[in-house]
Amino acid sequence: MALLEVKDLHTSFFTDAGEVKAVNGVSFNLDRGKVLGIVGESGSGKSVTAYSIMQILAPAGKIVSGSIKLDGQELVGAGERVMRDVRGNKISIIFQDPMTSLNPTYTIGRQLMEAILLHTNRNRQEAWDRAIEMLRLVNINEPEKRMKQYPHEHSGGMRQRIMIAMALACEPDILIADEPTTALDVTIQAQILELMQKLQKEMGMAIIMITHDLGVVAQMCDEIVVMYAGSYCERGTADEIFYNPRHEYTKGLLRSIPTVSTMGQKLQPITGTPIDLLNLPEGCPFAPRCDAAMKICIKKAPESMDINENHKASCWMNVADQAKQGGAQSASVAAQPSSDSSQPDVVQPASASSAVQTADSQTSDSSDTSDAFPQTDSTDKGGAQ
Amino acid sequence: MTSDNNATPLIEVRNLKEYFPINTGWFRTTPLKAVDDVSFDIMKGETLGLVGESGCGKTTVGRTILFLYEPTSGEVIYDGKPIKTKEDIKQYRTKSTMVFQDPYSSLNPRMTVSDIIGEPLDVHKMYANAAEREERILELMDHVGLNSEHASRYAHEFSGGQRQRIGIARSLAINPEFIVCDEPVSALDVSIQAQVINMFDELQDKLGLTYLFIAHDLLVVRHISDRIAVMYLGKMVELADADEIYEHPLHPYTKSLISAVPIPDPKIARSNQRIPLVGDIPSPLNAPSGCPFRTRCQYATDACAESMPTFEEISSGHFVACHRVNEIND
Repeated sequence: MALLEVKDLHTSFFTDAGEVKAVNGVSFNLDRGKVLGIVGESGSGKSVTAYSIMQILAPAGKIVSGSIKLDGQELVGAGERVMRDVRGNKISIIFQDPMTSLNPTYTIGRQLMEAILLHTNRNRQEAWDRAIEMLRLVNINEPEKRMKQYPHEHSGGMRQRIMIAMALACEPDILIADEPTTALDVTIQAQILELMQKLQKEMGMAIIMITHDLGVVAQMCDEIVVMYAGSYCERGTADEIFYNPRHEYTKGLLRSIPTVSTMGQKLQPITGTPIDLLNLPEGCPFAPRCDAAMKICIKKAPESMDINENHKASCWMNVADQAKQGGAQSASVAAQPSSDSSQPDVVQPASASSAVQTADSQTSDSSDTSDAFPQTDSTDKGGAQ
Repeated sequence: MTSDNNATPLIEVRNLKEYFPINTGWFRTTPLKAVDDVSFDIMKGETLGLVGESGCGKTTVGRTILFLYEPTSGEVIYDGKPIKTKEDIKQYRTKSTMVFQDPYSSLNPRMTVSDIIGEPLDVHKMYANAAEREERILELMDHVGLNSEHASRYAHEFSGGQRQRIGIARSLAINPEFIVCDEPVSALDVSIQAQVINMFDELQDKLGLTYLFIAHDLLVVRHISDRIAVMYLGKMVELADADEIYEHPLHPYTKSLISAVPIPDPKIARSNQRIPLVGDIPSPLNAPSGCPFRTRCQYATDACAESMPTFEEISSGHFVACHRVNEIND
């Protein structure tokens, strides 16, 4: 059984301007000791997915439906008491900006000890020792001195390492890293990524790595989920996503990064501008920017299809391709030969059952009570309280 | 692109220094050496990339070249003519301009797009009548791929990529020859970034522009630049052709920097040998003596602490400042 199972997650923000569907049917599994990357542009819902797992959404945000299971235990609607035990203890999070996610008015030591005292039976002296041990683990010199210092006395790279020490102090099963290196320089980024890889091997935890940097993903991740406008485009092993992308957005993304092979050539950008989440189109959210868009793409959102056992994608192009090959791969595609001119409306998506309509009645009932929890509840990460 | 065949320098920077006084006591100030004795040329029609970690002085170089900061000492020679007097600077500013990093804070929220783009025209009185101004603004918007109906809108109505296009149109208004691009794509998403990079390329071909392209994303810099300069703690440590610097970096700092770039290809990334740098960049207020990089350099010896290595040409067009460059690279 997977350590974390996220199934058909829908999270919305209810604003004055209307409902913003920030996460729109995302599913993935995370196994013990694996690194999962969530990739997407700003506004694609990758951070909101993470905050939904931790249930630290802003007050306007709410998990509308779906299921999040940690070790078989349902977290959606589980209540604040359960979540307090999960946060910082079983799942930890590191935020993007190390400059603002530490509390400037408390010493490093106090912030580090907070989570340890809250979640374990250690007394203050033991917690102090544990905190120093953690600082050593993340390669911080003179940890005894650092414990008594304040965040402003540390550089960005050091603060991010302190955040990692804090997140790992209770030996969580899952570490969520929300753009952990975006605010850092490349040389410091390399230090932090290497440290995370080393700690992951030593402690055997799973990591969810949220980033927009495909280079970081290629280096760190076993599996990748690509998101666009709240929906997931495709997921699969790193090699599958990079060498066999099956969604037009992923293909466009890979084409638009400069590499050695594009030297002296024009880049091939994705045309158009990002979508307005308040007015999501009826069909595939990427269709307005997609060069290969067909009629059906505008009318109907594609559902998840199996490309192979390590790879799922939501793109009508795959149905069209499979139809051209006579439905070779998944025989359940009852497709007619479809080109751009013929109406591929009749094409039935193949393995839709695997991803949709599986939110059991229990979840949909309880989702009403899973109200948004105020963001300040994440104080084990050093918020003001 | 163009660097070899017409190698006349458009900009020559000679021993440029920019020190900022920092209050370190009641009546005491210490100079923060943001840029310390930097010399380089930018050829006509070329793109010179400038890279380095935050705090290394790359933005200060860009701003000082445009005299947005008054240089502490040193000289900027434009098209063979040293810029000295206020009159020179005024003249120079009709040919040089800047594109800023953050498209959200560099556009005035109270001005319409046509006012923003038209402002440099107003400042330099570059039109005879209102109709001509209008025409020029529409032409500029067309250059950067904005529709004419956008002219009466405000900046907040646009996405990041479109705002950066407005900023670029404003820079182009004075018909510049030289543009300092200060991290123009780092605030943009990957898919939009590629659009803007292509636009910089196209504008350079169409209008014969010369760029100083400041960025910290080394893949982007390599893509757009003809030559690349690397800075560390206010000093220039290496300068060479873009391909040369990536394939044969000579300075230990450049080597680490290039090896630290995550490559978007899982197989290469897994086998990539990084040269890790220990520690953080020192504070420029008390920079190390001698070579600024010696505190993080695995090859450092006592000689490195004594004197700053000279910035010299090792092979054709490849400049390095390192005492042990020959020993390390044998």
